[in-house]
Amino acid sequence: MKHLRQLEDQSVYIFREAYKHFDNLAMLWSMGKDSTVLLWLARKAFFGHVPFPLLHVDTSYKIPAMIEYRDRLAREWGLNLVVGQNKEALAAGMNHTLGRVTCCTALKTNALKQLLEQKGYTGVILGVRADEEGTRAKERYFSPRDKHGDWDFRDQPPELWDQYKTTFPPGTHIRIHPLLDWTEINIWEYIKLESIPFIDLYLDRGDGTRYRSLGCAPCTTPIKSIAKSVDDIIEELRHTTVAERSGRAQDEGRGMEMLRKDGYM
Amino acid sequence: MSTKPVPTKPSETLNIVIVGHVDHGKSTLLGRLYADTGSLPDGKVEKVQAICRQQGKEFEYAFLFDAFLEEQEQGITIDTARTFFIWKGRQYIIIDAPGHKEFLKNMISGAARAEAALLLIDALEGVKEQSKKHGYLLSLLGVRQFAVVVNKMDLVGYRQDVFDGIEKEYREFLGQFKAVPTQFIPVSAKLGDNIVGRSEQMSWYTGPTVLDTLSLFRKEAARSEQPLRLPVQDVYKFDARRIITGRITAGRLKVGDHLVFSPSNKRANIQSVEAFNIEPQPMVAEAGQSIGITLDEQIFVERGEIASHQEQLPSVSTAFRANVFWLGKKPLEKGRKYLLRVATKEVDCEVASIHRIIDTMDLAQQQGSIAVGKNQVAELTIRSKTPLAFDLSSSFESTGRFVLVDEYDIAGGGIITELVHDDQEFLREEARRRDFAWVKGEVGVEDRAKQYGHRAAVVLFTGGRHTGKSLLARKLEGQLVADGRHAYLLDGENLRRGLDADLSEAERTQTAEMARRYGEVARLLTDTGLIVVSTTNPFGLAYHEAAQAIRTLVHPAPVIAVHMSQTAEEPPSNTDVMLVGPTDLDAATKRIMDELKKRGVLAQAIGAKPVFQYSI
Repeated sequence: MKHLRQLEDQSVYIFREAYKHFDNLAMLWSMGKDSTVLLWLARKAFFGHVPFPLLHVDTSYKIPAMIEYRDRLAREWGLNLVVGQNKEALAAGMNHTLGRVTCCTALKTNALKQLLEQKGYTGVILGVRADEEGTRAKERYFSPRDKHGDWDFRDQPPELWDQYKTTFPPGTHIRIHPLLDWTEINIWEYIKLESIPFIDLYLDRGDGTRYRSLGCAPCTTPIKSIAKSVDDIIEELRHTTVAERSGRAQDEGRGMEMLRKDGYM
Repeated sequence: MSTKPVPTKPSETLNIVIVGHVDHGKSTLLGRLYADTGSLPDGKVEKVQAICRQQGKEFEYAFLFDAFLEEQEQGITIDTARTFFIWKGRQYIIIDAPGHKEFLKNMISGAARAEAALLLIDALEGVKEQSKKHGYLLSLLGVRQFAVVVNKMDLVGYRQDVFDGIEKEYREFLGQFKAVPTQFIPVSAKLGDNIVGRSEQMSWYTGPTVLDTLSLFRKEAARSEQPLRLPVQDVYKFDARRIITGRITAGRLKVGDHLVFSPSNKRANIQSVEAFNIEPQPMVAEAGQSIGITLDEQIFVERGEIASHQEQLPSVSTAFRANVFWLGKKPLEKGRKYLLRVATKEVDCEVASIHRIIDTMDLAQQQGSIAVGKNQVAELTIRSKTPLAFDLSSSFESTGRFVLVDEYDIAGGGIITELVHDDQEFLREEARRRDFAWVKGEVGVEDRAKQYGHRAAVVLFTGGRHTGKSLLARKLEGQLVADGRHAYLLDGENLRRGLDADLSEAERTQTAEMARRYGEVARLLTDTGLIVVSTTNPFGLAYHEAAQAIRTLVHPAPVIAVHMSQTAEEPPSNTDVMLVGPTDLDAATKRIMDELKKRGVLAQAIGAKPVFQYSI
């Protein structure tokens, strides 16, 4: 339990640095386990309040239960929810059969970029974790994006001790990653420790499968599992050697590196 | 050799960094460590092997974590990767740092996060440039626990004399700055000797393997036993509570403790420790925790101040001596302005002098430089625009180190080695003693501010003779009072004949004592909640010195400095409003009023409750 409090202290510190330095701050919430823990940590940092809007980039292909859960928590916790969507691309018929990277770029990356531009957010908090996949392992806590939202991973700013990059030229923005040091198991351990409400798609509901990572319905497949509780999940993860995102189609080949360089989360 | 990981519950996390010269095998060591402890996901090795076959090159463990296409193509690590594994009740975050000198800033970012390090040296190549630089930087960054791993022992026939030679040479180098590694380990990362399993080729080595060494690293817990340091991160008022937040960097606190905030010298008792979703509410907190507290008295405290107990205060000055490493694209120059960040404090600063530049190859020193280039290490004196609280890094890690920001980027970092006394030291000490002994009535600063619709402040006019200071001061006092504010014109003449009547003629021509008395009177008046309007007229051309003294003595009441001159000239540092040439009194008054609003002294509208900036 002590290691979870150590991770929590670091994340809370990052949240407070972000809130102090960015006038126009927002946080992404996909309703998955990670960004919901992120949301909980914000409430920790600000003593029950969430003093910035939550952005949901809605691809329209999300699993319906996720939208219900989103609206319920927004109501109960008094959240300022902002939903963004690339309506143009959807109207033109964008879907995953046109190519996964193409679809993710249009409905997620571009929808996010549109939203950031429209609202002028200069700091965006995201729930990415270093253990998810290779390029995320190389992220900074405070990671700059240029005018086009692109990530220059060849020339990342130094990050020394508890001092982060909080100044940036006009027109650019900073991605803030308070969960970088957390692993998948830590997320579940923390959900248990704090009794954080989560979507039951992560549990086996009788058919011997569960979702380990949640994305769009067509591109996310459940894994074989009989984990029916958080304890079961933690136990299962201690013994598995299957990658967390093995059910996520966008990770195939170099998909993620290409997506993230261009501004994907 | 493969061992299945024991699925234990971790009880703590430990950050480790792997450093060393380029191509000495850091990524290979990491890959081997994961593979031999069975910590890799299924199919990961096979996937990378397939890619290697496809590209027609030999499989290397290094490819497991060098995620970028460019890294795999060039066979080098560009940026640090965080990787995770659990072993014997501990969750390790291992940071693989690049060894190429071009990516030194990435190596430093990785090492700055670490609690312990593995430093690799190639047995065939021996101690190289970056081996030395990295060893020196670990010490500078405060990573005191580290082991030296002598890699590629297979290429030197596993010979003990080669290993011993490297150990001797490197220990001598480290000894010059008193760094002592916990262990020297001979390994072959490629073949797995002494990584997880013991090597059959090197029976002459009986010490721990790399994996054993990780377990031997200690989690530093001693910080809680130090005197308290709580740098204020922010002040929140989301609901009825006004919560002061920050991360305790040393020591511990409990409800009821008497806290002193430096450099403002404000004091109050801790009323509560606030926390979300924690029952029952905590009564204590210690080093490492990000906390929130409420105080029993409404005092203004700002981000950047350091809370401590009264018995062990941090140093306060405008100057210190430091060891700095520079990573900026542009060289660090004497006299140029940078932003200094110590814990949560941010203040403008400049390099007052560059004492020497240190060559990390042989620790040779080069003197008389006017600039520090990229990737160089130097000893400097730094001077800040306003006083700040800090510690020496030999006593306190977090409050004894800093970064320098050049334009938008963190361009360097360093540790504070020595306090440099400035000319305000005696007055600052007087103010501290006086403030600690100050007897308060029932009415607090906050109560007066609410009642008056403004905070106490000093508006100080500086400049040469006949620049219109008195005239404008009178005009401003009149305007403030007409607006319903509580303002008072403090004229130096009135002190001369009364308070200063005991001074001899000679003493009256010296600025120091006159300014001290003047400052103490202004301090009394600001404690009554007044906006004191004043000029430096009694001090003639010694206004620089007088303004400094007044500022030190009325601290932390804000001083709004207005400089007036006939012709364009360099105003004293910290000038807020600059007026050049013949002055339009109405326009000038308005500018000063706007500045008072901007600084949060005046409420935006008369009669409205003031909205104060609790932090800057």
